[in-house]
Parts: sequence; C-alpha cells; structure tokens
Amino acid sequence: MIKETRIILKNIGKINPESIDDYISAGGYKGLEKALGLKPVEVIDELLEAGLRGRGGAGFSTGMKQKFTSESCLKCPQRYVVVNADEGEPGTFKDRVIMEQDPHLYLEGTIIAAWAIQATKGYIYIRAEYYESIRKTQKAIEAAYKKGFLGTNILGSGFDFDIEIKLGAGSYLCGEELTMLESLEGKRGNPRIKPPFPAEKGVFGMPTLVNNVETLANAPLIIANGKEWYRSLGTERSPGTKIFTISGQVNKPGYFEVHMGVTLRQLIELAGGMKNGKPFKAGLLGGAAGTFVGASMLDERMTYDNLKEKGATLGSGAVIIMAEGDSVYDILHNCLRFFRHESCGKCVPCRVGTTQLVSEADKLRNGHPDKKSLLVRMVKQSEIMAATSLCPLGQSPVLPLESAGRYFEQELITI
Amino acid sequence: MIQETLKTFKPEQQNLLQILHALQDQHPQNYLTEQALEETARYLKLTKSSVFGVARYYSMFSTTPRGRYIIRICASPVCELLKVNTVIAHLEQILAIKTGETSSDGLFTLELSECLGQCQEAPSMMINDKVYNNLDANRIKTIINEYKQKNHD
Repeated sequence: MIKETRIILKNIGKINPESIDDYISAGGYKGLEKALGLKPVEVIDELLEAGLRGRGGAGFSTGMKQKFTSESCLKCPQRYVVVNADEGEPGTFKDRVIMEQDPHLYLEGTIIAAWAIQATKGYIYIRAEYYESIRKTQKAIEAAYKKGFLGTNILGSGFDFDIEIKLGAGSYLCGEELTMLESLEGKRGNPRIKPPFPAEKGVFGMPTLVNNVETLANAPLIIANGKEWYRSLGTERSPGTKIFTISGQVNKPGYFEVHMGVTLRQLIELAGGMKNGKPFKAGLLGGAAGTFVGASMLDERMTYDNLKEKGATLGSGAVIIMAEGDSVYDILHNCLRFFRHESCGKCVPCRVGTTQLVSEADKLRNGHPDKKSLLVRMVKQSEIMAATSLCPLGQSPVLPLESAGRYFEQELITI
Repeated sequence: MIQETLKTFKPEQQNLLQILHALQDQHPQNYLTEQALEETARYLKLTKSSVFGVARYYSMFSTTPRGRYIIRICASPVCELLKVNTVIAHLEQILAIKTGETSSDGLFTLELSECLGQCQEAPSMMINDKVYNNLDANRIKTIINEYKQKNHD
C-alpha cells in the first residue's frame, strides 16, 4: 500500500496552528527569509522551474502566472495578490485543512508571491461559512504583523506588504477568479469577460495575481528546499504532491497528501478501502464540476495530463466514491440542481440551460418515450452551453453529464 | 445601532459584503432590514438598488426575517450519498416546518446549503457559526434540544 508524503501537511497535528512560534520552530518563515534575499525574478524562476501548477483545479503553471502579472502594466500604481480561499467545489476541503491547521504556511507563501510580483497589497477571500478558517487566518495575520513578516520593511528588506481578509457570502461562482474580484470590490458575483485576465486587469483594474491556498502553501517549501527537491516528488509534468480529499463510501474518509501520479485504486486503499467491503461502482473526481469515472479507470494515474487525456479531470482533488447500490443518477441530478442554483443568470445559455437540464433529468426518471435520445440531447445541450457561456459555471455541466453518460448510460436510460 | 456599525468600516464599496454580514448578524432575526440597506447605500454613496442587488444575490444574506438560529444543512453530492435526505426529513418533523421556513417559536430557520467542506464526516450542517457532523436522527434531536434548552434558561 502507498504511503502519504506530507510536505504541505507536515506540521499538521504537530504544532499549535495558533502559535507563530511553533510554526517558526518547525522551520517556518525560512522560505520568506530566503526569498527576500533573492531578486523577485529569481523567485519566479525558481517556482517556474520547480514546475508548480495551480492547485485550485485548472493546473496552470504558477510561475507563468506570476511572470505575466509581474511584467504587465509596469506603469500601474498598484499590483495585488489575491488568495482564493473560496473553497466551494463539492467534496473539496483541502484548503480548509491548511487554513485551520497550518495557516502560517499559506500566509508565508502569499508574502513570497507578493515579493515575487512586487505587490504591496493583498486580500484573502474566504467563504463566510468557513468561520474557523477565518478566525485562524486572522490570528495568523496579526501574529505575522507583530513579528515583522507583514507591514513595512519586512525583515529589514525594505519591502512593504499589507494583507486583509475579505468574506464571501454563499456563492460558489465567486470561487471563479474574475467573479471573485467583482465580489471583492463589493459587487454581485457576476463574471467578467476575459481577456483581460487578472494578470493584466484584476482587482480595481490593476494587475492581480490570484492563487489558490494549496498552491501558495507550496511556495515556501520550494524556496526553502529548492526546485530539484520539489521535482524529485511527483511526475515530470506534475511535480510535487497533491492533497486529495476522499469522501463517500470508504472506511476512512479524509484528506491525504500523496505524490502526484497515484492511482484511484491506491487512493481508495489509503482511505481504508471500500466501506464494508462493498464493490466499487463510480468515482466523481473534482467535484460537481468534475467527471464520473467507472471501474475501468481505477488504475489510471491521477495527474492533470493523464486524466485529461482519458476524458476525466483532477480538478481540486475531490474524490467522491460510490459503491454498488448507490445511484449515479441521483448524484448527477444533485450536480445539475447545484448548477441551476449557482448560475448567476448573466448568460442566457447558462441561465436557461441549467434549468432545462434539471427538468430533462427529471424526465429521465419520470418516463420519456426515448430516454436514449433524451440523454444524447442533454449532452449536446451542455456542449452548447460550454461553448457559449462566459464563465466556468456554464462550461461545467457537460463534465459530469457527458462522463456519467459514457460510463453509466444503461443506468441513466433505464432509471 | 446601524450607524454605529457602519462607522466601524471605511466608507468604500469594497467593504459592502463585510458590512452586510455585520448588520445581518446584529439583527436578532438574522436579516437585512430595508432601513439597514438604505443607510448602507447612503454611507457608501451607492444606489439603493445596487446594495439591494448585492443583498439579494448572495445566499447567506436574507431580506426577510428569519429565526435566531440559522440551520444550514449541506445538500452536496457527498451528503446526499450519505443519506442527508433522511436527516432533513427528521429536522422538518422535529421543527414542524419545511425547508426554507422558520419555526413558530421564532428560534430556527431551516436552509439548504452548498457543500460545507466537512465531507470526511458527512452528513453535516451548521447552526449559525457552529459545525455539526456525522448527523443522524438521534444526534439531530439532541442538538436541537440543546438549543431549545439554551434559549429557555
């Protein structure tokens, strides 16, 4: 059986997350100290060459994102770092674990990112339901100010950086980076047209780096231990580790940090195996905006690229396990209802489409003369939505729908 | 009271969500009154419609009175897989209300929530700022009774 490789979660259960001294004794803020001794561009190069990819779901190169942001609009009076802590993808709770149990780690990563792009102001956008994450992060910020890791002239480097928490208010869509910036400015969570990307025109119209909590938690470790060390973990194209959150029909649901590239079967074993020894039926990878997989995918390596090639997604690292006897139809219906509820209503294809998909899913159950054609039409509709909607929400229903159809067509048309 | 709360924030639009959270939390019925929204608009020099629009957009804000305790029960795929629907049915029965309604004693409002990120111990719910996991019929009964008791004393 595989073992966990804890680098991001290494302090968890070992230090008091509310004590900055504990964090420092465990080697904390060493990465920041080292980063401030490097030129900003050297920090970016280190992350770039380490191959760190965004852990929020898209898997884009973090170094590239920082490079774009640091190079755009050099005349702009301000640039910002925004931490995406609006974790809302169903089945995902990795960022909550970091925020509640080792908040200084991602805070340190945020300060390093700020130095890298020369931002003097940052925001952490946390969903308001995460009271404990908000409380712990607030406390960590206050302690970091007192120790001189935040504020003016950080560690005598001459670099200034201030950060504050902003709250969401119950909108999944605000986890999308451009929508988050709207919300951060005190507006409704409607997505912006992109381009321009946040790197060019982000919060308050200024160049903005938006990074996920887990992504930023990697930064201090890479800077402190070097890119070679980091590249020795994971795979060539997906270096490092990934925190998977495994839930549903397993004996020990929870969070597990492993090398990139483990298989679904290994993850299930790590989570104590199938609950009560029931046979595996399906996995929903990456949450609602993710993909269903069947037993034929159990031995595929879980990396961004391999899963993409096989028509699946790694996404945020959510792994929801279903056993024989569970209804794929019910879970698919749940996902479709979720999209209907969370659609902001700005784009017609998404607003109308998410509603229509739920009513068609109802028809699959409530009798329809030709369920097979109905399912084909639903997938087609979701493809049109994906092609014509502005933001990832309208582009998402096709993922669970098409994949459920691929692996579980028989169940869906005989329900 | 509204003015005092407003003054703790800089009068900038970027503080709107924080302000609405604060105003809602301080109201015993957990909602944003028309007066609160109007005064917020004036304070931030925004139109009343844009403030109202924000209040109506986000699920956690309410513009109608609610109970002292907001029960947010997680309706995510994981919780559904682990039988949250029977938990919801029990809650509706104990509180004698349907989802979305407020109990007749004015104590509880039952709402569905998107994933609360507690999937390792699903099914889950929150009551105001507290999280409750591994829910079943018995646990629900105990928790609700605790709140009723607390309010009785």
